[in-house]
Amino acid sequence: MKFAVIVFPGSNCDIDMYHAAKDELGEQAEYVWHDTESLEDYDAVLLPGGFSYGDYLRSGAIAQFSNVMKEVVKAAEAGKPVLGVCNGFQILLEAGLLPGAMRRNESLKFICRQVELKVENNETMFSAGYEKGEVITIPVAHGEGNYYCDDATLARLKENNQIVFTYSGENPNGSLEDIAGIMNERGNVLGMMPHPERAVDELLGGADGLKLFKSIVKQWREANAVNA
Amino acid sequence: MYKVKVYVTLRESVLDPQGTAVKNALATHRYEGIQDVRIGKYMELTLDESVQDVDSTVKEMCERLLANTVIEDYRYEVEEVVAQ
Repeated sequence: MKFAVIVFPGSNCDIDMYHAAKDELGEQAEYVWHDTESLEDYDAVLLPGGFSYGDYLRSGAIAQFSNVMKEVVKAAEAGKPVLGVCNGFQILLEAGLLPGAMRRNESLKFICRQVELKVENNETMFSAGYEKGEVITIPVAHGEGNYYCDDATLARLKENNQIVFTYSGENPNGSLEDIAGIMNERGNVLGMMPHPERAVDELLGGADGLKLFKSIVKQWREANAVNA
Repeated sequence: MYKVKVYVTLRESVLDPQGTAVKNALATHRYEGIQDVRIGKYMELTLDESVQDVDSTVKEMCERLLANTVIEDYRYEVEEVVAQ
């Protein structure tokens, strides 16, 4: 399986994403610069965290208009797995691939620490490796992770089981309904504020994020075994 | 030429954590009677005469990029100025 790790000016979790896919999963991975005009060669897209374009105007606001984002939209429409973490999540929201928007953290502070997440939906290509209701530990590192959407959107997210992860116990940023990660209706685009790529090895302080990446590969292998 | 002033603020229905912090800070400085503080962004655009329909162009720019209409409201003022 071949992963594209999208790199914007200001991305800073791209190396961690690459490490997760290449070294921990043992799959193929390549860095893809933001002005690339095709993602056809890749099976999955990883949008890393960081501060693309310096977070100017709003987090993710400028990145949504880069060349590669047109291709990310195409990849999403083709049903390929698209994972956006932290700034990657913010970009997916700005690009309209996921509903809602981010506000400043309620505390107005940048928060960087381990948090507990509850797996709300494990019937997804990203979370199948977890138990439903399982509590996992993944680090967060953001100043704008306070998820917001209107009531109608929230009702739709709940109805379609699009809320994949919530904060368990203390909510670090004040997000609506403790939301930490949501997916699109089709289930192939996931955005989350916590960083699973920073929790792929006990050496890093935990490996609870690894199952997320493994779930993507497992689902892809099963889907493609038919044609093999 | 046109000078366009764009104001972007969080929607009334969206809690503004920065505004709340500033409101509390003003209260600690003993300013009384402050009902609410909303923090926003102010942008100045200078457009030349080649821009056809200024009003609809600015509106489109606000909708597409300058504001995130999920959480933000915007308003703008267009002023015609003589080029220096």
